[in-house]
Amino acid sequence: MKEVALFIPCFVDQLLPEIGMDMARVLQRAGCAVNFFEEQTCCGQPAFNSGYWQDARPLAERFVRVFSRAEAVVCPSGSCTAMVRRFYPDLLAGTPAAEEAKRLAERVFEFSEFLVNVAGVTDIGASFPHRVTYHDACHTLRELGIREEPRRLLRGVRGLTLVEMANAEECCGFGGTFSTKFPMISAAMGETKAAGAERAGAEYVTSTDPSCLLQLDGILRRRKSQVRTIHLASILARTEADGTNSGNQE
Amino acid sequence: MNAAAEAFLREAAATAANGELHQIVRKGVEHYDAAVERGRARFLDWEAARQRCRKIKREAIDRLDLYLEEFERRVNERGGHVFWAETAEDACRYVTDLAARAGVRTVVKSKSMVSEEIRLNAALETRGIKVWETDLGEFIVQLREEPPFHIVTPAMHLTRRQIAALFREKLGGVQTEDPQELTAVARRELRRAFFSAEMGVTGANFLVADSGAIAITTNEGNARLCSSLPRIHVAIAGIEKVIPRAEDLALLWPVLATAGTGQAITCYNTLVTGPRTASEPDGPEEFHVVLLDNGRSRLLADPEQREVLHCIRCGACLNACPVFRTIGGHAYGTIYSGPIGSVLTPHLRGLAEFQHLSFASSLCGACAVVCPVKIDLPRHLLQNRRNAIAAGLRPAQERTGFRLWRWAMENDRRFTMFGWAARFGWKMARRAGLAGTALDPARRWTKAREMPEIPRHSFRALWRKTHGAG
Repeated sequence: MKEVALFIPCFVDQLLPEIGMDMARVLQRAGCAVNFFEEQTCCGQPAFNSGYWQDARPLAERFVRVFSRAEAVVCPSGSCTAMVRRFYPDLLAGTPAAEEAKRLAERVFEFSEFLVNVAGVTDIGASFPHRVTYHDACHTLRELGIREEPRRLLRGVRGLTLVEMANAEECCGFGGTFSTKFPMISAAMGETKAAGAERAGAEYVTSTDPSCLLQLDGILRRRKSQVRTIHLASILARTEADGTNSGNQE
Repeated sequence: MNAAAEAFLREAAATAANGELHQIVRKGVEHYDAAVERGRARFLDWEAARQRCRKIKREAIDRLDLYLEEFERRVNERGGHVFWAETAEDACRYVTDLAARAGVRTVVKSKSMVSEEIRLNAALETRGIKVWETDLGEFIVQLREEPPFHIVTPAMHLTRRQIAALFREKLGGVQTEDPQELTAVARRELRRAFFSAEMGVTGANFLVADSGAIAITTNEGNARLCSSLPRIHVAIAGIEKVIPRAEDLALLWPVLATAGTGQAITCYNTLVTGPRTASEPDGPEEFHVVLLDNGRSRLLADPEQREVLHCIRCGACLNACPVFRTIGGHAYGTIYSGPIGSVLTPHLRGLAEFQHLSFASSLCGACAVVCPVKIDLPRHLLQNRRNAIAAGLRPAQERTGFRLWRWAMENDRRFTMFGWAARFGWKMARRAGLAGTALDPARRWTKAREMPEIPRHSFRALWRKTHGAG
């Protein structure tokens, strides 16, 4: 049995806890032994992306320390995964934690890539009889190179119809602190994305990044759209026994 | 906040709300997207082509001094002149003095972003010289007295109807909205200018070191007329435009065309090697090349960001950028807009005044995917941000905020406590009816978006309940 440590992003912990719980359920169903290290806080990405590398660095070092004992680390956010895998090497270059960070980078996985590429699962026995469109979260797609894994998982869900948006790969406009530093630009980008989901005729837009979904949920509800958001883990956690419950963010 | 940052916020917010502009820009960009995709498919291995172009540019930039001197030597051998301009003022002064000495009254120009960067038109006009932009898009924005909207497509933001109205107003008696007829109107005006001009000014897409030639790429053939009809030809280029060998163009030309517009090759690719020789019946009597530094050698000195000088100004990153698509080119308030503009401008015109542009990005990375010379633009945005903080250019409030945030995050009990307090605070604010008001603590979010339903328990609390203490 594969031992898995949950990497729960700070904002998921505080704002979207059900996504974390759903991910844990799915991983258990995939045959993993799931641990949660309570010492974990934030990977440091908000500070790093805002240019405060000196404030991000101790958090990165702390993260590396906390997860050093993990065999595999799985995260429901492509962006936070990318922070550890792609940006820690820059951030921690020349520090004593650099070597350990490099080793950890190889053991940190985004949720969908872990299921498909490591656990070898594409059908988890989920059921979600809805029309769903997949939003390619930027860091999942362009920093981690994950495009097919989440789609394969969605195709394995009973009753689910996967419909594609014309602008599936376009940014939702969240961008961390960008969303509050430049709210008008960010929201206009979100509107473009939301319109794409509506045009695709989807009932739900799903993704591998809760932060994108936070943005899209906020936009879609403001424009009184019929489209709702749901994280990939929450779709995969649904079984036929759950009936046709709706998303986690309504 | 400085004036440039304030203007940016204002303009960006205005254009972000301008649905009509989005439609026009999106139409233009999507047209390119489709063409570029077809164009890339023509390459056996587009990725290998990018890699090779990057290698060529890197070779040139790493030995910039040697290649520039070689270029100068070759130009001089053929009777051309090279002027090394350290600043925009130096470059303008050289060109205006030259024009004054030669009694130039009319200048025709082909498209050149560097001439925009040094504001050459204004410099010539103050000396009483009439300047004609001869690229159709540039001609249009010149009539409108505004800067180009896009590096490659200066009039991307205008519809046929708007251009027809502009021609009616400025050129008189034009009663058509047909693109071909409108083009014919512009051509009639421009032909007269070509024949009367004593000086032609062009940019240069590449400076070829081993042959002392400049390579100019256009779709309208106007650079050929600018460089061959007038008595004097002046080419202005940034020092980073040099490439080692003429044979490098075999790849750089098609890659530039493909990345920029999706064309297999741009319509007119011209190599200019100098003034008319004794055996040649036509061509300019004088040939001058102005090599512009204007902050580029500062970038060259920075090993971390030097690769920004690889840029061949194809405009692909603008087309790919969701921020550019949303706010358009003018909102940036800079000559170079889009991702490359946000990376480059703080270096050329000062981090203090233009650092805000490096923050105005969601770091989505779409630009890096399309860049034909593989510049890691998001990483340079991050580095600019880091440099802005290191230089103390951000508000004290933000600095303190991140210090406090870090202190809270360095301990999981503090994190839990702060998280709980924030959730509680937001719930109270909402219960008090503050949501959406000026006192809303989350108003920068809630102004255009709904807040999520705040959960009663954090993940760690739920986990403890179901799995016990870890």
